[in-house]
Order: sequence, then structure tokens, then C-alpha cells
Amino acid sequence: MFQLTERTRLTEFERQVLPHLDAAYNLARFLLRNDRDAEDVVQEAALRAFRFFESFRGENSRAWFLSIVRNTSFTVLKSNRMDESSVVFDEELHGAQIPPMDAGVALDRARDRQTVRAAIEQLPPEFREAITLRELEGFSYKEIADVAGVPIGTVMSRLARARRQLQMILSKTYLETR
Amino acid sequence: MSMDHDQIRELLHAYVDGEIDLVNAREIEQHLQSCQDCHGIEQQIRALREALMSDALAHRAPAHLRRRVRAALRREAKSTHHVFSPWLIFATGAACALLILAAAFFQIARVSRSTIVDQVVANHVRSLLAGHLVDVASSEQHTVKPWFEGKIDFAPDVDDLSVDGFPLVGGRLDYLDGKNVVALVYQRNKHPINLFISPATVRDTSPSLITRRGYNIFHWTRGEMEYWAVSDLNPTELREFTALLAR
Repeated sequence: MFQLTERTRLTEFERQVLPHLDAAYNLARFLLRNDRDAEDVVQEAALRAFRFFESFRGENSRAWFLSIVRNTSFTVLKSNRMDESSVVFDEELHGAQIPPMDAGVALDRARDRQTVRAAIEQLPPEFREAITLRELEGFSYKEIADVAGVPIGTVMSRLARARRQLQMILSKTYLETR
Repeated sequence: MSMDHDQIRELLHAYVDGEIDLVNAREIEQHLQSCQDCHGIEQQIRALREALMSDALAHRAPAHLRRRVRAALRREAKSTHHVFSPWLIFATGAACALLILAAAFFQIARVSRSTIVDQVVANHVRSLLAGHLVDVASSEQHTVKPWFEGKIDFAPDVDDLSVDGFPLVGGRLDYLDGKNVVALVYQRNKHPINLFISPATVRDTSPSLITRRGYNIFHWTRGEMEYWAVSDLNPTELREFTALLAR
């Protein structure tokens, strides 16, 4: 009997939450900016979500799970802030953005993708979050507000500022590389 | 033009994202036709969005992570100890369900004129917030009257009162007192007016003023239709509006 209830709970959890694993990883990856931390955070968040599955009221499992992923990511980000490695990583990234290439040669798709990803990673965490959820995952303002735990007005202004910064970074990068 | 240039610029992102209400979207559209600066910014936002959408930018969970998570969940599920027996869980669940049902029942029983007024105000406020259109009536905006056909089982009069200084902005489907209602949106200078129309259950009454949370509301019944007009507009002009509808 026990085994059965626990298995039902697990099955239901997997049905509700696992479809959002890609979105969860995408958010964690853009927030933490490396594969390993992102994977750890997604696993940790999934376990937390499972433990608190009873608190999920069944309206939007995607926003609910991603808010847990988001909070777990920010906890890791905060504890890493003392760490110099993130700064070093930033600089590496910046170097990687200016590939040696002949003028006039169009960037290939893969490199374009790298450029845009690297540009997003230069934004502050809250802006990375807004861009990832809105542009890459297609979340509504309301869903982003639920995930980030801020009013819709804040989402609106973060997104506006994030896009403005992203435009600047990208046009600068393209000027340097083309 | 009631919004100024800076306000429009502030809302451009929400406009491009389709997260803006009817009144503001209409105004921004008009502004974009006349303002080169804002039009340029709009184009930039759209270009950036396209660049972000055009490629598989998103990181996707690698297969080994999926396996790792499932394995971790399985371990977690096995190690979970229940203090409560399944019976107790069932009983607690049943008790909660009963409580919720009872609460819902009282809620329904409590709906009176005063809570309808609150709903009218809440609907009005919600219609002015971002994301409302997406919320309710999808984003289709054809011409107003035929739009309602097939969505509701009554045919309200839709008058454009532009010549009287109350231009019709549009319409949408809304929900009031447990029924679908027609919501027509008018505008007086900077003030949007929501007019809710539904079939009447009582005979004709003349418009009476109610004030709630700083909003002015007129309620009346005429020709088998019940009307609620709500706005932050002053009572005098709002009464003028109701008189125009009663012509």
C-alpha cells in the first residue's frame, strides 16, 4: 500500500514536472553560465520540487518548477559571488567572442549562436532570466513574474532594459568581428 | 494623443510582446504611424526578437541529466517515510475537500449587488493591466459587433459615440456575476470606460451612481439589457455618457 502511494506520487510528479526539464536546464544554464553547475542545480531543484510537490496547487507546473530552479540557481550564484572564477570565466568568454577571421566572411550559424549566447551571458542575472524566459521559452509576462517573484511591471522594465543592453552588446560584437 | 512620447516608449516592449491592453495598443499603433523615432525602436525590438528566435539558442537538457534526475527521484521516493497512514491522508483530504466546498457554497450565496459592483471594478482594473487581452478574448480584434457573434447568445447595440466625444475603442468578452458579458471599451480624453452589457433579469431602471475605490459606476436596465458603466472619469461626464446610450 505504501509503495503504491509513493509510486503514484512519483509517477504524477514525473508527468507534471519532467516535461519542463529542458526549460529548467536552459534557465539554470543561462543563469549559472556553465554545464556542471546547471546540471547540479536542476537535479537539486527537481528533488526539492518533489519534496514540496504537495504545495503545488496544480495550475501551472512549468512556472512552479521553474521558480524553484530559479531560486536554487540564485542561491548558488550568491555563494559563488566571492569566488574569482566567475570573473575569470567572464573574461574568457569575452575573449572567445572575438574570433580571428577574415573580414567580410559571414559568421556561420554555429558561431552566430555562440555570439548571441555569449552576449546574453554578459547581462546581469535578472536580465538573463527575463530574456531566457521570454525569448527562448516564450513565457508570458505573468509567468515570468510568477517565476521571478516580482510584479509584472518589474518584468516589463527588466525586459526593456535587458533588450537595450543586449542590442548594444551585439552591435558592438558585430562591429568588432565584421 | 493622450499618452506622451516617453510613456509610449516605455510601453513599446509590452506592445511588441502582445502584452498590452486594447486602449493602449490602439494609441501606440497610431503613435507609431506618426513618430519615426518610436517606429525605429519598434523595428529594433522586432529585429532583436527575430535574431533570438531564429536559431536554436536554448540549451537543452542532456540525456545523462534526464537519467540522473530520474534516478535521484527514485531514490528519494524510496527513502521517504510516511508518518501518516494512507487512510489518514485520505480522511484529511476528504475533510479539506468538504471545507473547500462549504467555503465555495458560502461564497456563491454571498454574491449580492455589492460584490457585483466589486467585480465590475475588478474587471475594469484588470482590463487596463498588461496581458489582459491574451488572458481573455485571445488577440483577435476584428470589427466590434460581428466579433461577438457566436460567442454570446444576445446581440447588444454597439454605438460609436465619437461625434459626442466618446470614441469606441473596441470590445471583448468578459465575465460578470457568473455569466459571460459583452464589454465595450469607450474613451473620454485619457479615461477609458468599460461598458458591461448582459440580458436583464429585472425591468427598466434609470442610471444610478455608485462610487467604489475611487471609480464611478453607473448601473441601469433598459430594453431587456442590463448595463454597468465604469470609469475613473468624473460622474458628470460619465452620466452624460449614459444619457447618450439611452437616446
